[in-house]
Amino acid sequence: MNDMTQTLETPVAGRERIGGVILDLQNISLRFGGVKALTDISFDVREHEIRSIIGPNGAGKSSMLNVINGVYHPQEGRILFRGALREKMEPQVAAAQGIARTFQNIALFKGMTVLDNIMTGRNLKMKCNLFQHALFWGAAQKEEIAHRIKVEEVIDFLEIQSIRNTPVGRLPYGLQKRVELGRALAAEPELLLLDEPMAGMNVEEKQDMCRFILDVNDEYGTTIVLIEHDMGVVMDISDRVVVLDYGKKIGDGAPDEVKNNPDVIAAYLGTSH
Amino acid sequence: MFYRENGQFKASYVEDQRIFKVQQDRVAIIAIVAIAALLVPMLASDYLLRALLIPFLILSLAAIGLNILVGYCGQISLGTGAFMAVGAYAAWNLGVRVPETPLLLQILAGGACATAIGVLFGIPSLRLRGLYLAVSTLAAQFFLDWAFLRIPALTNYSTSGSVSVGSLSFFGLPVESAAQKYLFCLGFVVVFAVIAKNLVRSGTGRQWMAIRDMDIAAGVIGIRPAYAKLTAFAVSSFIVGVAGALWGFVHLGAWEPLAFGLDRSFQLLFMIIIGGLGSIAGSFFGAAFIVLLPIVLTNVPELFGLPLSVDTAAHLEHVVFGALIVIFLIAEPHGLARLWSIGREKLRLWPFPY
Ligand SMILES: Nc1ncnc2c1ncn2[C@@H]1O[C@H](COP(=O)(O)OP(=O)(O)O)[C@@H](O)[C@H]1O
Ligand SMILES: [Mg+2]
Repeated sequence: MNDMTQTLETPVAGRERIGGVILDLQNISLRFGGVKALTDISFDVREHEIRSIIGPNGAGKSSMLNVINGVYHPQEGRILFRGALREKMEPQVAAAQGIARTFQNIALFKGMTVLDNIMTGRNLKMKCNLFQHALFWGAAQKEEIAHRIKVEEVIDFLEIQSIRNTPVGRLPYGLQKRVELGRALAAEPELLLLDEPMAGMNVEEKQDMCRFILDVNDEYGTTIVLIEHDMGVVMDISDRVVVLDYGKKIGDGAPDEVKNNPDVIAAYLGTSH
Repeated sequence: MFYRENGQFKASYVEDQRIFKVQQDRVAIIAIVAIAALLVPMLASDYLLRALLIPFLILSLAAIGLNILVGYCGQISLGTGAFMAVGAYAAWNLGVRVPETPLLLQILAGGACATAIGVLFGIPSLRLRGLYLAVSTLAAQFFLDWAFLRIPALTNYSTSGSVSVGSLSFFGLPVESAAQKYLFCLGFVVVFAVIAKNLVRSGTGRQWMAIRDMDIAAGVIGIRPAYAKLTAFAVSSFIVGVAGALWGFVHLGAWEPLAFGLDRSFQLLFMIIIGGLGSIAGSFFGAAFIVLLPIVLTNVPELFGLPLSVDTAAHLEHVVFGALIVIFLIAEPHGLARLWSIGREKLRLWPFPY
C-alpha cells in the first residue's frame, strides 16, 4: 500500500493509508424509461478510503450503488474495477470480485437466524458440493466449521453474540441493520457499499455503527462507499464526498470543500434536510 | 420435567452443528426410529400397517421432497403428483424392459428420471414466480397425466396406463408381508430424511432459503439464483420420484395414472402447509394428519352415536382441510411444526423462562 501511495498523482491530504484508484466510474448514465436516475456521473474510489455519497432523496444515490454491484446496468459510461474494464454483468460476478453491500431497506433473509444469515455471506468461499452437503461428513463438516469460526469472529466484532440463534425477522430495526452489515463483512469484501446504514437509528446506535465502520476500514483496510444523510457523521468519517442532486454530480472532494461548495449549499437549502 | 437445554453447554462448533441440538431431541429421535423399526412391525396389525403406516411413511417422504421445493426454496409446485408418476412409471419400465434390475436400482432410477423431468419443468421458475409458476407446474401435471394415459410406449402398451408389479424382493429378502413392506419404506424414509436435514442445514439449504426470502439480496452475495432453484427442483423431484415409485410398487402394487393425479398434488401441498413449510419434521406431521383425518372423521361421530356415511365423511374431510388451510395460512404459516416448537421452547427454558 505504501508504494502505491507514491504513484498517486494527487495524494489525499494527510492520509497515507489511502491507496490508488480501485473503482473508476466514467460518465455513467442510467435511465428507467423516461426517468433519468443518473446523468453523466464520473468519480472514483481509492483503495482503503471512506467515500461518501450524499444528496437529497431521489438524487440517485442508491441507483449508483446498484450500478457498482451489477444490479442495474447503465445505458452509458464505463466502469473500471481494479483497472479492468467491466462488461455488463450480474451481481454474483461483482460479489465474486469482492464487492459486498447492505441495502437501504433491509434485505435480510427473514426466515433465517442471525447465524445463518451471516453464514450466507460466506457462500462464495465455500467449495463443497451438494452431494457432500447431503452426507454432511468429512470435508463438508470441516468446511462448515472453518467458516463458522470466521462468522463467529464477525459476530464478536459486531457484539451480537446473544442474538446468534434468533430469526432476524424478530429483531428490532437497529439490530437488523447490524446483522446485515455482518452478512456483508462475512464475505471479507475489498469494497463495501453501505446504503444508509444509520437511517432510523437513535444516537447510541448510530455511534455504534460509526465505530464499526471505522474499525472495519481501519483493521481490515476495507474500502467503503457510504450513503448517509446525517451530515455530522458524513463530515466526520469520510475521506472524500460526492454530492448528487437530481441524478447529477454537483460536488466532489474533501468534506470541508464540499461543505463550502455553493451548489451543494443551494441543493440542501432547497430541500428539507 | 426433564426436557430442557439448561445445563447443556456446547463446547465446540461441532456440537452446535449436530442435527438435533438438544440432547433430549437426539434421544427422542433415536427412540422413535428404534420403536418404528423394532416394535411397530411386531405389534401392529396387518391392517394398521397397510392402511395407515405404509401410506403415512411414503406420503411423508413425498412431503419432505415437496417441502424442499416449496418450504425451503420458496418455489411453488402443483405438479408433485405427476413427478411421483414419473418415478413410479420409470421404475416400472426399467423392471419390465430389464427384468434383472434389482428393486433398489429400479426405485432410484425412478427418482433419477423424476429429477430430469423435474428440472426440465423447473426451468420456467428462472423467469416466473408465484401464480405464474404455479400455472406452469400445473401444466406439467396435465401434460404428464396425458402422457401416461395416451402414449402407449410409456406404459409398455398396457390399456389406459394401468400397470402392476409382481412379487418384490430386496437383495434376496422378500418384500411381501405388510411388515416387510413397512420396513422397506421406513428404510427409505429414514435415509432421505437424514439427507434432507443435512442439506437444509448446510450451504445448499442456506442458498435455497436465501432465494426464498429475498432473491435480489441473494444474488448480491453471490448466490446464483438459477443454480439454487434448479438444485431445489432436482433434489425435490428425486425424493418425490422415489416416493412415487414406492407408492406404486409397495403400497398399490397395481396402478393407473389417476393414482398420481392433481388431487395427489394438492394433497401433498396441504400436508406441508398444515405440517409446516420449511420443516422436515413438519412433513411428518402433515402426512400423519392427512392420513389420520379421514379415519377420525368416520369413527369419532360413530362413537357419539352419529354414524356418517362414507360420502358425508369424505365431504366433511374437504371442509375440514379447507378450513384448516385458511387458518394455518393466516395464523400460523409454519404449521403444526411451529406449534410443536413453541411448546418445546417453553419446556426447553422451563423452569426459568428468561
Ligand atoms: N428500479 C427502478 N425503476 C424505476 N425507477 C427507479 C428505479 N430505481 C430508482 N428509480 C428512480 O431513480 C431515481 C433515483 O432513485 P434512488 O437511486 O433510489 O435515489 P436515492 O437513493 O438518492 O434516494 C428516483 O427518481 C427513482 O424513482
Ligand atoms: Mg436511496
